[in-house]
Amino acid sequence: MIWYLLRRLAAAAVVLLALSAIVYALFYLSPGDPAVLACGRGCDGERLALTREKLGLDDPVHLQYWHFLEGLVAGRDYSAGPDVDHCAAPCLGYSFQTDQPVTTMLLDRLPVSASLAAGAAALALPLGVSAGLLSALRRGRLTERVMTGVTLLGFATPVFLIGLVLLMVFCAYLQWLPFPAYVPLTESPARWAQNLVLPWVALALIQAAVYARITRAGALETLVEDHVRTFRAYGLRERQVIRRHALRGALIPLITLTALEVAQVMTAAVLTETMFGLPGIGKLTVESVNSVDLPVVVGVTVLAGTVVVVANTVADLLHAAADPRVKLA
Amino acid sequence: MSPVLRVRDLRVRFGGFEAVKGVSFDLAAGRALGVVGESGSGKSTLAMSLLRLTEGAETTGEIRAGETDVLAAPKAELRRLRGGRIAMVFQDPLSSLDPYLRVGDQIAEVYRAHTGATRRAARAKAVEVLDRVGIPDAARRARAYPHEFSGGMRQRALIAMALALRPRILIADEPTTALDVTVQAQLLDLLGDLRAATGMALLLVSHDVGVVAGNVDEVLVMRDGEAVEHGPVGTVLRAPRAGYTRELLAAVPRMDAPRTAAPTPGEPLLRVTDLRREFVLGPPLRRRAVPAVDGVTFDVRRGETLGIVGESGSGKSTLARLLVRLLEPTSGRVVFDGRDLAGLPERRLRPLRRDLQLVFQDPGASLNPRRTVGDSIAEPLRVHGEPDPGGAARALMERVGLDPRRARDYPHEFSGGQRQRIGIARALALRPRLLVCDEPVTSLDVSTQAQVLELLTDLRHEFDLTLVFVSHDLAVVRQVSDRVAVMRHGKIVELAGTDALFESPEHPYTRELLAAVPTLDPRIPHGRGGALEAPI
Repeated sequence: MIWYLLRRLAAAAVVLLALSAIVYALFYLSPGDPAVLACGRGCDGERLALTREKLGLDDPVHLQYWHFLEGLVAGRDYSAGPDVDHCAAPCLGYSFQTDQPVTTMLLDRLPVSASLAAGAAALALPLGVSAGLLSALRRGRLTERVMTGVTLLGFATPVFLIGLVLLMVFCAYLQWLPFPAYVPLTESPARWAQNLVLPWVALALIQAAVYARITRAGALETLVEDHVRTFRAYGLRERQVIRRHALRGALIPLITLTALEVAQVMTAAVLTETMFGLPGIGKLTVESVNSVDLPVVVGVTVLAGTVVVVANTVADLLHAAADPRVKLA
Repeated sequence: MSPVLRVRDLRVRFGGFEAVKGVSFDLAAGRALGVVGESGSGKSTLAMSLLRLTEGAETTGEIRAGETDVLAAPKAELRRLRGGRIAMVFQDPLSSLDPYLRVGDQIAEVYRAHTGATRRAARAKAVEVLDRVGIPDAARRARAYPHEFSGGMRQRALIAMALALRPRILIADEPTTALDVTVQAQLLDLLGDLRAATGMALLLVSHDVGVVAGNVDEVLVMRDGEAVEHGPVGTVLRAPRAGYTRELLAAVPRMDAPRTAAPTPGEPLLRVTDLRREFVLGPPLRRRAVPAVDGVTFDVRRGETLGIVGESGSGKSTLARLLVRLLEPTSGRVVFDGRDLAGLPERRLRPLRRDLQLVFQDPGASLNPRRTVGDSIAEPLRVHGEPDPGGAARALMERVGLDPRRARDYPHEFSGGQRQRIGIARALALRPRLLVCDEPVTSLDVSTQAQVLELLTDLRHEFDLTLVFVSHDLAVVRQVSDRVAVMRHGKIVELAGTDALFESPEHPYTRELLAAVPTLDPRIPHGRGGALEAPI
C-alpha cells in the first residue's frame, strides 16, 4: 500500500514535470516575442526591455525553464536593476500587466471556483446516481424512458444554453433570485448560496447526466450478476439486495469516472463562470487569454493539470479501497 | 410420508417459448432426485422456478413445499421460503458470492435476515457452518474475501450458507461443473454426508449423468422442457425406457467402453525435450517466475494420438500452446520433423506454421464474430496464397458435416457443436501434419461431444494426422488416445499406453484422478475409496 502510494506519487510528479515542460515550451518558445506577450498591450519600448530583463529572456532556454522550476519550489525574484518583483513559492509566474504574482491571482479566485465546483458536485452526484438507479430499476417502464430522455437532453445541451435559460426564467422573468454576484461564504453563507444556486444547477445538470448514464449502465450490469441472484435466492429483501449487493458494483466505475470528469468540469466551469459573471479561475482564464497575459495562462494550465493528476491518483486509491480484489502493486 | 416438495404439471413460459412443459415429481425428506439433460433442456429453469427465481416468466401448475403453495405465496412468505426452507447452490462458485464482502459476513447476513439473530451470534454461526463444510481454520477464513478462496472452497462456502438455515430441501444446480474432478468428488461426498446427517432432501441438477448416478435415489431425464423419463436411478441407467435416455447414455464417454487397438506407432514427429515456460508474476521487487510448464520431455509419434490430461492449473493448455509455438518456451527444445521450433525466428517459422494447427476450447470465442464462417475457414488458405480459398472452404465445411451453403452465415448463427466443426475445418484447411486440440469438446453437450470426437477420429485417418489431445476429462482422453500423459504442477507425472495407464496406473496422482471420475454405475458412489485426504 505504502509502496503503491509512493510509486503513484512519483509517477504523478513525472507527469506534472512533463506537463510543465510542454506548457512552458508551448507558451514561451512559440513564435512571437514572449516579452511582448507578457508585457501586454500598449507596452512601450522601455517597459518591454524591462520585462525582457526580468523574465531573463536572454538566458538560454534550458536555464529559463530551470528558473521556472526553481520558482515553483523556492520562489523567485524578477529583477531588473533596482526594480524587483518578488514571487513567493510556489511561483507560477508573474503577471506584469497586473503587477501581481500569478499564484496570488489564482489563490484569490480559488474560493469562487471551489465553491462552484463543490456545490455542483454535491448536487450532481446524488441527482445523477439516483436518476441512474431509478431508470435501471424501472427498466422498460415509462420512468426509464423519461429518465433516458432527460439525461440525453442534459448530455447534449451546452452549459451556456442552460445558464441563459435559468437566468431568464429565475432572474429576469420570475425574479425569484438576484442576478448572481459572488458573495464570499465567510461574509454571508445565505447570500453565498443564493447567488451560487443558478450556476450550481447549470453545472450540475450536465454532470448529473453523465453520472446517471454511467450509474444506469453499472446497475443494469450488476443487477443480473450471479451473486445478486444468490441473495435473492436466500430470501433477502429486494431493497437489501440492491443496497448491499448491487449498488457497490454499480458505483465503483463512478469513482474512476468522476476523476476523468474533472477535466470536463473545469472546461464547463470556464463557461459557467463567464456566463454568470463569477470572478473565479475560469473567468480569470478567459480574461487573461483576451488580454494576452501569458504568465497567467501558463499558471492556470499548470494548476489545471495538477488538479487532474491529483484527482486521478486519489480515484485509484479509492477504487482499491472499495474493491478488495484490486491489489495495489 | 408426505413429500417435502410436490411439483405437478409445472410449466414455465418466457413469452412465446415454453421452457418447462408440464413436469411433475415428488421429493421426500432425506431423498435425492437427480435432474439430467443437455443444454436447453429446461433443467436449470425448472430448478430456478421452484423458488420463483425465473424473472419475466409465466409459471403455472403446482409447487408445494410442505404447507406452502410456492406459486401463490405472498412476498413475505416467499422470502421465508427462499433459503429458509429451500436453499440453492449455483453452478459458478466464482460469481455466486459477492466479491466485495467477506465470506463470513455474507453467510451471517443471510442468517440474520432469516433468524433475526444478533450480529455476533450470526458471525459465530457463519464460522460454525464453514467449519462444518470442511473449510480449514474457519474462524480465520470467514474473514477472507471470495477471491481468496479456491473454486471448491467457494462452493463449500455457498453450501455453508444454505446449511446455516437448516433448509428442508437443497437445490444444487450444476454444483460441480466448474470444478476439477477430484474437487468434484469431495463436494459430492459432502452433499451426501449432509443429506444423511440433516435429513434434508436434495435436488441435484446436472448435465453429467455420471455426477448424478452415484448421488441420487431417483432420476428425471429432461429434454426440450419435458420429463422424458423418471424413475429409480438404477432402473433408468441400467434399463432406460425412453429412446432419448438410451441415446444420452450411449453418448457418455465411459471409462469401461471397449477400445480399438492402437495402430503401430511410427517414428517421432515431434520431440519435446526438457521444455519449460515461466510466467513472471507479482509486484515489483517481489517478482517471481512461476513455471507453468516445468521441464517436460516426450515424443509424439507419427500417426498417433497423444492424450494430455490434467486438472486446472496443471499447465496442459500452456503446453498445447508451446507445441505450436503460440508461446515461446523459456528453455528446452520442441523438435518438429527435425527442426527445433524453440527460438526459431517468426520469419523462418512461417512456412512451418501450416503443418502445426490448433483447435481451441471455446469455438464461440475463437471465431471472429464479424466474419462469415466461410471467410474464417478460407483465411489461412488466403494467407498462404492457395488458389480458390472460397471453394476449398466450402469443401471443408462439407467434409466436417456442415452445409456449404451456410458459408456466408456468421458464427452466432451456429450451435456450439457446429462452431467447433467450423474451428476444426479452419485448422484442417492447410492440411497440417500435427493437430493440437485444447479441450475441443469441453463446452459441448455429450451427444454433440460424441459426434465431434467421431469426426476427429475419421479426419485423423483421412488427413493422416498426428494428434495431441488436451483435456481434463479422463473418459474422453481414454476414448481417443493411443498414449496418455498425466500432468500436474507443470510436470508429466506419468506417460504410458492408454490401456496400461487406465488399467494399472503407477503414479499415486493418476490413481487419485481415476478414483474421482464419476461412473455410470449408481451402486458406486464416487470419491469414496479414493485416496483423497487433502482438503480442497
